[in-house]
Amino acid sequence: MSTLQTSVPVQASGADTLSLWARLRVNRNWIALWFMLPAAAFLILFLAYPLGLGIWMSFTDERIGRPGIFVGLDNYQWLWDDSIFWLSVFNTLLYTIVASAIKFAVGLYLALLLNRNMPFKAFFRSIVLLPFIVPTVLSAIAFWWIYDAQFSIISWSLIKLGLIEHNINFLGDANWARGSVIFANIWRGVPFVAITLLAGLQTVSPSLYEAATLDGATSWQRFRHITYPLLTPIIAVVMTFSVLFTFTDFQLIWALTRGGPVNATHLMATLSYQRGIISGRLGEGAAIATAMIPFLLAAIAISWFGMQRRKWQQGSSND
Amino acid sequence: MSSVQIRDVRKSFGGFEVLHGVTIPIEDGAFVVLVGPSGCGKSTLLRMLAGLENITSGTISIGDRVVNNVQPKERDIAMVFQNYALYPHMTVADNMAFSLKLRGARPAEIASGVKRAAEILDLTPLLDRYPRQLSGGQRQRVAMGRAIVRDPQVFLFDEPLSNLDAKLRVAMRTEIKELHQRLKTTTVYVTHDQIEAMTMADKIVVMHDGIVEQIGSPLELYDRPDNQFVASFIGSPAMNFLKGKVKANGSLSFEGADGLKLPLKSAPANSDGLPVVYGVRPEHFTIADDGAEAEIVVVEPTGSETQVFARLGGEQVVAVFRERHQFNPGDKVRLKPDPSLIHLFEETTGKRL
Repeated sequence: MSTLQTSVPVQASGADTLSLWARLRVNRNWIALWFMLPAAAFLILFLAYPLGLGIWMSFTDERIGRPGIFVGLDNYQWLWDDSIFWLSVFNTLLYTIVASAIKFAVGLYLALLLNRNMPFKAFFRSIVLLPFIVPTVLSAIAFWWIYDAQFSIISWSLIKLGLIEHNINFLGDANWARGSVIFANIWRGVPFVAITLLAGLQTVSPSLYEAATLDGATSWQRFRHITYPLLTPIIAVVMTFSVLFTFTDFQLIWALTRGGPVNATHLMATLSYQRGIISGRLGEGAAIATAMIPFLLAAIAISWFGMQRRKWQQGSSND
Repeated sequence: MSSVQIRDVRKSFGGFEVLHGVTIPIEDGAFVVLVGPSGCGKSTLLRMLAGLENITSGTISIGDRVVNNVQPKERDIAMVFQNYALYPHMTVADNMAFSLKLRGARPAEIASGVKRAAEILDLTPLLDRYPRQLSGGQRQRVAMGRAIVRDPQVFLFDEPLSNLDAKLRVAMRTEIKELHQRLKTTTVYVTHDQIEAMTMADKIVVMHDGIVEQIGSPLELYDRPDNQFVASFIGSPAMNFLKGKVKANGSLSFEGADGLKLPLKSAPANSDGLPVVYGVRPEHFTIADDGAEAEIVVVEPTGSETQVFARLGGEQVVAVFRERHQFNPGDKVRLKPDPSLIHLFEETTGKRL
C-alpha cells in the first residue's frame, strides 16, 4: 500500500512527460520509427555522413594532414579549366554508354537463349554467372595477363594464326586500352544483366506466346510485341543498376591501367582517387566525385520516369 | 466454318504415350465438348488441333485440308485459354486487334472488326481498359472477343470457365452457347466438368486415359452409356453401382450382396450366374412396397429435390426424390429401381450388356 501511495504523487507530478513517453512507446507510427532507427543510424553514419562530408570537402582546400578552409567554388572552377578532368568525363561517358549498351544487348541475347528448353539448362545458367562471382580484382589480374604487352594470349594466338605480325599493345595504346577495359567491364557485367533478365523472362506466361503464335505472330513479332514490352520494367531496373555500377567503376580500371596510358582510361572515379588520395588534394578529389552526382541522378531520373509511363502496370486487379 | 476430322491420332511425350489412337468426327458448325478427368489427354488433343503440339501419328484435318504440318497461324483457328492469356500491356481494343494487325489488315478493317466483336460481347465501354482493370468475367469475354475478331474456321476453348466463380460460370456457360448459336462456328470445347459438357454440347466426347470412351449427344450418353466409366462420369449425383450376379432361372432378377434382390427386365442369353454391375441413376429409385429394404444414412434436401443416402445390400447408394418425403437417418425404406431404366455392365470389362 505504501509504495502505491508514494508512486501516485510522483505520477501525478510528472503526468505529462510520462504519458507522452508512454504514448511514444506504444504508438504504432512511433514503433515503426524505433524499429527503423538502427538501420537508419547505420545508413546515416556510413552513407549520408560521408556523402555530406564529401560534398562539404569539395568546397574546401583540405589536403591530407591539413584541415581545409572554405574556398567556395574554387575547386570546381579549377576543374572547369582542367582538360584532364574533361577527358575523364568523356572517358566515363564513353565507358558507360558503350559498355552498358553492349551488356544490355549481350545480356538480353543470353537471357533469351537460356530461357529456351535445352539440355544441361541448369549447368549453362550457372556457368553464365561465373564472371560475376569471381572477385573483380582477381578477374582484373587475369585480364592484365590477357592484355599483357609481351605475353598476351590474344596476341600470341593471332600471331600463330598468321593474322598479325606484332604483339598488340593492348594497355599501352590509348584506343586499345579503352577498348580493352570496356571489354573487361562487359565480360564482368553481362551475367548480372543476363540472369536478371532471365528471371524477368520467366515471369512471362507461356500461354501469352501461344496466344500470340495463334494470332499469327512470327518469333520476331513475339519478341517485339510480347517479350520486350513485358520485360521493360525489369530492363529499366537492371539497366539503371548497370549504368550506375559502370559509371562509378573503379576496381577494374585501377587494377588494369591506373587510368593510363596518358589518362586515356581515367574515369571520374579513378581520377578522383588519384587527385584526392594519392596526390593528397582531398578538396579537389571530393569535387570530382561530387561532379558525378548530377550524372547519376540523371540516369536514375530517366529510368524512374520511364517506369512511371507504363499505365498497364497500374490500376487494381479486381479478382 | 469447317468440319474437323481427327483420325487415329496418337501423341507421345518421350516414350510415354498419352493419346492411344483417337478418332473424332466433328461436323461443320457443331459444338463438341471433350470431357474427361484431368490427365485424360483432352487438353493435349486440343493443343494438337491448335498446332501447339506435334502430332505423333494419325491425321487432323480442318475442312478438306490435313493440318498435321501446317503452322498454327495458317490453320485459321482461334483459341480461348484457361487463364485467358490476355496481353497485359495492351488495352482491350489492342488485345482484340492484335491478330488483325499482324495479318496486315487496314486500320478501318481493324476498327470495324473490333467494334463488331465488342458489340457482340458487350465490351464497348471497356475498350480502353487494360486487362488488370477488368473482372474475371470481363477478361473471359475479352478472350472470346479476341477469338471472334478473327472470324476463324474453328473456335477452341480450353477449360475457359474454370477460373470463374460458380455463379459467373453458369452465366458464361449460357453466353458461350448463345454466341455459338449466333455465329454457328465449329467449336471444340475442353472441360472436366460434366455439367458444362451436358449443358453446352451438341456432341460430347468422353475421354479417359488417352482413349475415347464414347461419343454422343448429351442425352444419349446419359440414357445409354457404353460402359461403366461413362455411366459414372456423366450425371450428378453419379449413378449407383451394385455388384452381383444375374439370376435367370425362373424369373429374371439381379442378386447382390447380403441377399439383395433387384428387378431385371432383360439380360443377355445364357447369362445365368454372370457377374455384373447393376447401375441405377439416383432419380430412378421409387419408394415401393416390393422394393429392397434400405437404411437411410443422410438426407440432403436441396429444395427442388431431396437426395437420400442409404445403405442397400451392404453398399451406399443415393436416391433423388422430387416429392418431399419425411425421412430421418436410421429409417428403413423400401427402394425399387425402375427395371426399364437400369443399366447392366460386365463386371470385368465394364462394358454395357
